[in-house]
Amino acid sequence: MTAAGTTGWRNDAYAKVTGRVKFTDDLKFARLLHAAPVYSDLVHARIIRVATADAERAPGVLRVLTARDVPGSNRVGQIHSDYRIFADDKIRHNGDVVAMVIAETRDLAIGAAALVAVESEPLAAVLDPEEALLPGAALVHESHGSNVVNTHRIRRGNVAEGFRQADFVLEEKFRTQCVEHAYMEPEVAVCVPRSDGVMEVYGSMQHPFSTRRFVSACLGVPLSGVEVVGTPMGGGFGGKDDTAAIVCARTALAAKILGRPVKTMYRRDWSIRESYKRHPYRVTYRMGVKRDGRITAVECRILADGGAYCSVTPWVTWRSTVQCCGPYVVENVHCDTLGVYTNNAVAGAMRGFGSPQMNFVVEQMVEIAARRVGISGVEFRRRNMVRQGSVTITGQKLDTHKVAMGEVLDAVLRETGYEAKLAKCSLGRSAGDELYGIGLAMSYRGVSLGAEGVDVCAAVINVQPDGSILLEVGVHENGQGAESAMALIAAQELGVSLGRIRYRRASTSGVPDSGTTVASRGTIMGGGAVTLAARELKQKIAEAVCGQLQCPARSVRFADDAVLGRAGRRRMAFGDAIRLMFQTQRLPYACGVFKAPRVSWDEHTGQGDAYFTWVYGCQAVELTVKRKTGKVRLLSAVAAHDVGRAVNREMVRGQFFGGMAMATGYALHEEVRSRDGRITNLNLNSYRIPRAMDLPEMTAIIVENPDPQSPSGAKAVGEPTNEILAPAIANAVFHATGKREFALPIRLSAAPDEAPEEECRL
Amino acid sequence: MKLHVNGRDIEVADAVGERRLIEFLREDLDLTGAKNACDIGACGACTILVDDEPLKICIKRVKDVAGHRVLTVEGMAAPDGTLHPLQRAFVERGAVQCGFCTPGMILVAHAFLLKNPRPTRDQIRRAINGNLCRCTGYQQIVDAIEEAAAHYRGAQAPAHQAEPAHA
Repeated sequence: MTAAGTTGWRNDAYAKVTGRVKFTDDLKFARLLHAAPVYSDLVHARIIRVATADAERAPGVLRVLTARDVPGSNRVGQIHSDYRIFADDKIRHNGDVVAMVIAETRDLAIGAAALVAVESEPLAAVLDPEEALLPGAALVHESHGSNVVNTHRIRRGNVAEGFRQADFVLEEKFRTQCVEHAYMEPEVAVCVPRSDGVMEVYGSMQHPFSTRRFVSACLGVPLSGVEVVGTPMGGGFGGKDDTAAIVCARTALAAKILGRPVKTMYRRDWSIRESYKRHPYRVTYRMGVKRDGRITAVECRILADGGAYCSVTPWVTWRSTVQCCGPYVVENVHCDTLGVYTNNAVAGAMRGFGSPQMNFVVEQMVEIAARRVGISGVEFRRRNMVRQGSVTITGQKLDTHKVAMGEVLDAVLRETGYEAKLAKCSLGRSAGDELYGIGLAMSYRGVSLGAEGVDVCAAVINVQPDGSILLEVGVHENGQGAESAMALIAAQELGVSLGRIRYRRASTSGVPDSGTTVASRGTIMGGGAVTLAARELKQKIAEAVCGQLQCPARSVRFADDAVLGRAGRRRMAFGDAIRLMFQTQRLPYACGVFKAPRVSWDEHTGQGDAYFTWVYGCQAVELTVKRKTGKVRLLSAVAAHDVGRAVNREMVRGQFFGGMAMATGYALHEEVRSRDGRITNLNLNSYRIPRAMDLPEMTAIIVENPDPQSPSGAKAVGEPTNEILAPAIANAVFHATGKREFALPIRLSAAPDEAPEEECRL
Repeated sequence: MKLHVNGRDIEVADAVGERRLIEFLREDLDLTGAKNACDIGACGACTILVDDEPLKICIKRVKDVAGHRVLTVEGMAAPDGTLHPLQRAFVERGAVQCGFCTPGMILVAHAFLLKNPRPTRDQIRRAINGNLCRCTGYQQIVDAIEEAAAHYRGAQAPAHQAEPAHA
């Protein structure tokens, strides 16, 4: 009986349903101080002076910190160190923090924050990404020389020739909006100066190692002088990286200067104002197609508003570039991508990481093209989609894993009865008040970091003398169930019961720096490391017990909490084997290191093996549109994703549903609105995320094709589920109203009373 | 001023009545299940039950619940730590991810099932519509509540309303 794949087990579920789990704000420390950030009303301005004296004299205030108090580096970042711990030379967006007040209570800190004044010289604000590129535009970072954060390109084949071969050339412009992660738990940090000189950091952040890097840079101490303790986190979705790490860094600075534990608990409005968002995109897309439905060429220009700091804009836009043609084989591609600085909210990582924007474009373009050619969207996709052995637009041959594009598409068509329902779509015509539509979208997605970065992960298995097991992996529990997945993989590989395994409280001091838990890399990279550690451990155990089992070490097997000799003739309880190891001076300890297989990238041509493996997904949605009001009601949603291997089935389903729900918000409700660079919807009453009644019943179809390059067989699920429902909804809206929606969120006014002139050929 | 929290009577000075209820529960009683997430009653993470009715307490004072029966998520399980059937359903149906909305969800569902032990899925969705969750898409939360409903039929399934023995 294997543990994996069968249960919804979570190591933290009991604590979470009883209220016993301690999130960062729930932790208590003696003599705890409280901090509050200070913002200015400005959007773009040169700072002359930050006046803190009045705040410092306020009751209960111990100190007001500004950039001058930072002993190490005030500038941090994952790619370019342009993110400020405290605004120093300029205010670059309305969420910049100029100071932090530390007081005996949070209320006193918040009250005094209003007394900090910023003397400044206002500058023209750049709020439009196109205008940011114009000559003479104000520069967000003068020393950078321009507002271009980065560029990427793809040059494949001969685009001019491709368009010459085309029978139709279609060109459209698309826009996507700025959205907020809206994790339920706002940013929070508690930092405790320890007697051994180490700064202990608890925080709601999803990247303990990058947090440690930011804290150590800010304090000017070595990495070993900071210990970031894994703390249950109330959601991240990619959003608790730079900003959350900087909240930790400021809090650590306060704790260091005052020699007392300090907590910074964010209010929702601070969180929305300061934290980075998903990039708004503007995309111009040209597609050439032949009468037989083959795509002959794609030319596209992608413009991403990166906001005031670099964050991970170059990486986000790289994924957009690599996946700019969706899961389709295109011989001739010309893509230019630009990330730009503006004085808008910072944009960074968010679930999907550059793919939700592009899929909104591509999955509508293929339907527009199909209609032009006169075949169904499904048939058009089939004629162009990647198959086993296909070569991607970056020249990568897909032959190291099962290419499951057709499999997931078929699964969704079957489950929904798609073709029959498509024939019933209103296309703007309906006898009643409601228009009906069904739509789908599909994608492939490169797993993990790809050529974005160094990809390696470690896991430590430390078996105790009584046979109980401590496990720690360099991936972070973001709420998704990473620890449980790691424990399930370990239990299965070691042939032991789950009850034997305890995931130890994670700490940056306990396991090698394994990078960040992003890019849906947790299960594939962490699971790979756990599998390798378990194999190393089994080798050590086998060598220790093979004499007693009277067989060579290579014949020893592990199952049912026991160690078995050849053909199971002799057996030893797992606990007895461990006892024997300790008695014979062999320690049952293993560290597994999984290195991602080689990837490659040529910046000049945009060609290379971008990712070492890919996942495939398809989603469909049914909806109605109220003719009078334009209100969209979702009736059902179905998703099929190849996840490699489902380690924890209920949790995998949870990733499906959560990703799809978030995508409905992206499609229909969510938008960070701003006026003159100041965000106006700063709380959850005005920033509307999906509620239970907004969502339809959803169906998850888990497709499993274990990946030979993943030691555990598992691939990814977190982001793929979030990247295609918006275009599926857009396609369904078209099938309902007969009108295309080129901008997100989709806001329909009253639907047209008359049917569109052209009869739709489905 | 008398408070009745999770089956216990607590006497507090009248001055305490003016304090924010969520702060009092979290700081003074260490009942940290109720969460701060919006401060304006928009998200439901701070929900508790007062006389079996859900109340978003981030905007309430201690005096608002004086003399009434308060139930927090810490009062749901049995004193020996055995989970309430509703909590068990949340665990078994995969309704828990990050867990930040979970206490509020469980309490709102509990109040709802006490009144309506034979709900449709639409009624369940309506009942939890004021509680936001960003992880789950609500699907497995609805599954869990639907499954737990059976335990509320016939014999009532009151929460244990006492502090777990080993809390």
